[in-house]
Amino acid sequence: MPNNSSESIASHAEPRRSEAGMLASVTRWRRKIGEPIIELCIRLSGILVVVFVFLIFLFLLRDSLSLFRQYPLRRFLFGTAWLPISEPPQFGVVPLLLGSIYVTLGAIVICVPLGVGSAMFIAEVAPKHLKNVLKSLVEILASIPSVVLGFLGIIWLAPVLRNTFHLSTGMCGLTGSLLLAFMALPTIISISEDALISVPRTYREAAFGLGATRWQTLWRIVLPSASSGILAAVMLGIGRVVGETMVVLMVTGNAPVIPRSLLQPLRTLTATIAGEMGETVGGSDHYYALFAVGLVLFAITFTINLVADLFLRRARK
Amino acid sequence: MSLRSQIFLIITLACIALSGCGESIEPNEPQGFIQTKGSDTMVNAVQMVAEEFMKEYPHIFVAVTGGGSGVGIASLINKTCDVASASREIKPKEIEMALKRGVNPKEFVVAYDGVAVIVNKNNPINELTIDDLHRIFTGKTTNWKEFGGKDMPIVTLSREVSSGTHMYIKEEVIQLGGKDSKAEFSPGTLLLTSSQAIVEEVTGNEAAIGYLGMGYLSDRTKALRIGRGQGFYAPDVEDVLKKTYPLSRPLFMYTNGEPQGITRLLIDFIVGPTGQRQFKEAGFVPVGATVAQQQQ
Repeated sequence: MPNNSSESIASHAEPRRSEAGMLASVTRWRRKIGEPIIELCIRLSGILVVVFVFLIFLFLLRDSLSLFRQYPLRRFLFGTAWLPISEPPQFGVVPLLLGSIYVTLGAIVICVPLGVGSAMFIAEVAPKHLKNVLKSLVEILASIPSVVLGFLGIIWLAPVLRNTFHLSTGMCGLTGSLLLAFMALPTIISISEDALISVPRTYREAAFGLGATRWQTLWRIVLPSASSGILAAVMLGIGRVVGETMVVLMVTGNAPVIPRSLLQPLRTLTATIAGEMGETVGGSDHYYALFAVGLVLFAITFTINLVADLFLRRARK
Repeated sequence: MSLRSQIFLIITLACIALSGCGESIEPNEPQGFIQTKGSDTMVNAVQMVAEEFMKEYPHIFVAVTGGGSGVGIASLINKTCDVASASREIKPKEIEMALKRGVNPKEFVVAYDGVAVIVNKNNPINELTIDDLHRIFTGKTTNWKEFGGKDMPIVTLSREVSSGTHMYIKEEVIQLGGKDSKAEFSPGTLLLTSSQAIVEEVTGNEAAIGYLGMGYLSDRTKALRIGRGQGFYAPDVEDVLKKTYPLSRPLFMYTNGEPQGITRLLIDFIVGPTGQRQFKEAGFVPVGATVAQQQQ
């Protein structure tokens, strides 16, 4: 639109100018006005993202702090009972925090070796055609909606685990960990693979030249060189696991108990917010307590992403 | 999407939205929009009634949303819905908040529901008392053998706290009706997000026990006969209606003040024969003619 109008203005002002002159004026117009406008738009979107993050944080902080006007911070952070609709209510975040930590640790133990191993295979060992197939399979894995995984968890995985470990119920932390591991795998595989591939060819050639075997090269040379990138991949995977909601809400049983093992039901921070937000009346203690839980969650994922970012930056150097 | 196709889409949508306006409406024919919100237990039944209602009054549109009993009552207080459905009674605290905002909740009983307690079909237990249920759900009794069942730990299943049914069980079974009771669900109780999830877990797990509205009963699970004092009763229409089944409860609808105009029409329709037939089809117990007359 602006281009058209400028052309018409130009042609009105100087009707007898040659076409080349007109083109030149359009180009000049673009350079003088168009580009700064576009630059401004891009800069604005960049600033807006920062503003949004900041506003979200402020909003979380404001509503969480409203809780602590009525409910002591110490009892929130160290309370061991989460009983939001009792009289008086108790908002102890410890069982939820431990629930999240247990599920996340379980998922890490499962998905890190598997993910880094797959990345090593795809990047270094697999022949080219197999590599392409595997890469697209990883992408498909990433595109499975979490609610579908949760559904499979309820119908299939939970009964299998119950019978395998002779549990009283299959809705437990391990079920959640296994499914979350699957969700984090694509992130870990593709970023680790990038890190492995970006290790300079000369390192490998030098290792082979010194008579190292393929395994020795991969394990002692390539992997350590890519370690920062792989660590970043793992951290991003963890970030994904901590924040995931649907799967854990569906399969971990959501019992707000302090977990002693992964084989018992537990309740995570995310599932608590998702499960309870529907009923709270705006402005009630329960409402603010869920925001406070959200703040705890935000703090955790923010730290993890920050650490991942530091590793990625080091990897790029 | 290009700008032009966006504009085109907006114009098309506007045309569709306005197309109804051209129709000539009889000046006396009722028309308008009613928003109902609330109980997940009741949402299917209310939706069925609303569809019948819209067949009868084609110029009234009824929107039905779930979310939980608490959500319905909260939106009635915030004046974002015309009719709130609830599987529990409105709390004094909520009435106080409503009056403060100039909302005067008027209550209607639209059906009865029995909260059924279900176990796996292979569980030999057939009947329990309210006291037994109290001991099970508070975690005082943790093994089925204490009730003459198999030697296996009891897995207790509950709905999430946003559920009106959760509140009902908490008051009737956990606190045994005493509002000041400090008793709680045992912390190991699994809080599942839907009645269907409870059906799935009970179907596959011999040690599980859970509760749900009688509309969700099927032959995949076994509903226990429940007793309080003498005799055990199954959650069926007759015993819920006579209130001999101990976990019988009314299902409510709330309006702001005495309903007027089309809201009045809807409430009358729900407690009338067609509405009650829909509630019965959804698995609930219709209110008897006498109760319906009392509300008129």
